[in-house]
Amino acid sequence: MKDEKKTLGESLNRFGRVTPKSNRILTILLGILSFLSVVPFILVAIISFSSSMSIKKYGYSFFPKQWSLEAYQTVFADGQIFKSFGYSLVITVIGTIIGVFLMSTYAYTLSRKTYAYRGFLNKFSVMPMLFSGGMIGSYIVVINILQLRNSIWSLILPLCMSTFSIMVLRTFYQMSVPDALIESAYIDGASEWQIYFKIILPLSLPGLATIALFLTLGYWNDWLSALLYIDDNKIVPLQYLLIKMQNNVEFLSTNTSVGVAQTGNLPTETIRMAVVVVSTLPVLIAYPFFQKYFIGGLTVGAVKE
Amino acid sequence: MVNQKNKKKTNFRETFKKNRPLFILSLPGIIWFAIFSYLPMFAILVAFKHFKLNGNFIHSFITSDWAGFDNFKFLFSSGDAALIIRNTLLYNIVFIILNIVIPLIVALAINEIFNKQLSKLYQSVLFIPYFLSMVVVSYVVFAFLDPTSGFFNAVLSMFGHKPIQFYMEPKYWPFILTTVQVWKNIGYNMIIFLAAICGLDKSYYEAAMLDGASKWQQTKSITLPMLTPVLVMLLIMAVGGIFRTDFGLFYQVPKNSGALISVTQTIDTYIYRGLTSMGDIGLSSAGGLLQSVVGFVLVVITNGIVKKYDRSQSLF
Repeated sequence: MKDEKKTLGESLNRFGRVTPKSNRILTILLGILSFLSVVPFILVAIISFSSSMSIKKYGYSFFPKQWSLEAYQTVFADGQIFKSFGYSLVITVIGTIIGVFLMSTYAYTLSRKTYAYRGFLNKFSVMPMLFSGGMIGSYIVVINILQLRNSIWSLILPLCMSTFSIMVLRTFYQMSVPDALIESAYIDGASEWQIYFKIILPLSLPGLATIALFLTLGYWNDWLSALLYIDDNKIVPLQYLLIKMQNNVEFLSTNTSVGVAQTGNLPTETIRMAVVVVSTLPVLIAYPFFQKYFIGGLTVGAVKE
Repeated sequence: MVNQKNKKKTNFRETFKKNRPLFILSLPGIIWFAIFSYLPMFAILVAFKHFKLNGNFIHSFITSDWAGFDNFKFLFSSGDAALIIRNTLLYNIVFIILNIVIPLIVALAINEIFNKQLSKLYQSVLFIPYFLSMVVVSYVVFAFLDPTSGFFNAVLSMFGHKPIQFYMEPKYWPFILTTVQVWKNIGYNMIIFLAAICGLDKSYYEAAMLDGASKWQQTKSITLPMLTPVLVMLLIMAVGGIFRTDFGLFYQVPKNSGALISVTQTIDTYIYRGLTSMGDIGLSSAGGLLQSVVGFVLVVITNGIVKKYDRSQSLF
């Protein structure tokens, strides 16, 4: 007589769920799909830990006959990987700081209902989403007008604002900073600057963290700017290093004795995959921590005004 | 008359004075947009010039002859345009459909499974490929397609087949690129759909359950119709971008292979190749301008159509 004890809600809930059989099928199908979405990268990681001998014999395999650290030894014996890592880090940090500053000030003024130019500046930031000069327009501006070829700023400045992030921040300010707070600060004689730096900024840290996250990922994964604007071999961030290594893996080790001595039998494929792993690992390690904020920002931005 | 003008002037000045602190706060952002968003829109007018480099860019721009539509004519007469536009449109139409249908089905399914922890895990895992850069993706793809030791060829040779030179055979690439695109982006739209599904009003479902509606009927008659605004928004954005392609997907993933041009050349790779190998800024700009104008017109048209049927769902 268990059934009688069930509340109306519980028995209704049975209609609200799929049948146990469908549940089992869906769970398995989705499990396979999830597995398929990470397994390609796992293959890459395994290749980077395989010995080049077993790859030559059997090709890439999920179960290499022989494991080896030779690829990582070669990669880390060379200075280039550290240099590239450093460039990626510097670009990401500086770009994120500048971007957060630019977007938080701009978005904050958009969120202020008393600001006379609010409507215009809103359109001013949405317009580039609808019409843009594209790759070629940016190229002309960065190379021909600003003359930033081979400058680290060519990798930082073009990426530091985005309309989407501004919308996310503006929504955040509107939801979490009450107008009354600003008004009362105003009545107390605080200037706009004091209001922004002393009241708004501390209150909006979670929103700023979301934007900083978007920026960090954008900068870390950016390779197109380097491909377009860098043509000497001095500034080579990690992603650009990967592109350069596509054509000649020796790019990694031309400067070291290890490279010169072994160029003939360099474990090229495993080295490439090792650099792929090194450049992606920071993102993957941080992923469980930032995922929640990323999704939060994403869904705020996707909600229509 | 003069008085009115003066009044307007003082009004403007007063407004500015009153708003000056906030204006100064927004000024850095305004300058950034002016340089990196608006200046490129004008720079692209090089499309109407026979551009010759002569000192700095602005000087060259002024001294170069006007070309009218010559660059566009060349673009279309060379036969490139037909191939580029065909590839760009066909890929994008397939992508738009798959990127809505597959994430929607996955989101509906993930929302239903009993084990909520497993559901969270699946969501996280499916979202991971989105965070890989296209260069990394190109290596991941290479691990499978490498002609000498790639995983697929290793499997093929195990069954006694000859290895396939993937990077030389155009016929496989529409399928490969579509798979990679869906694989990388499945998580993004899925998350948006899931957020929308969670935000739906539960009382509709309760009412339907009281009437004895099955889960499938609820999905068909409540969930899908209620998701229309999200679908419409994604669709408008996608149609506006139908002339834009993911440069990395079409350039890095096929490893810039010349043998595959017929199925990998899209408007963005054309612009890039024009810029780097031919060095003809005018011609590339013509392609870029075409892309921007068509994209803009399409967003306005789609938005107009949506507005006509349901005002509340239009974007602007």
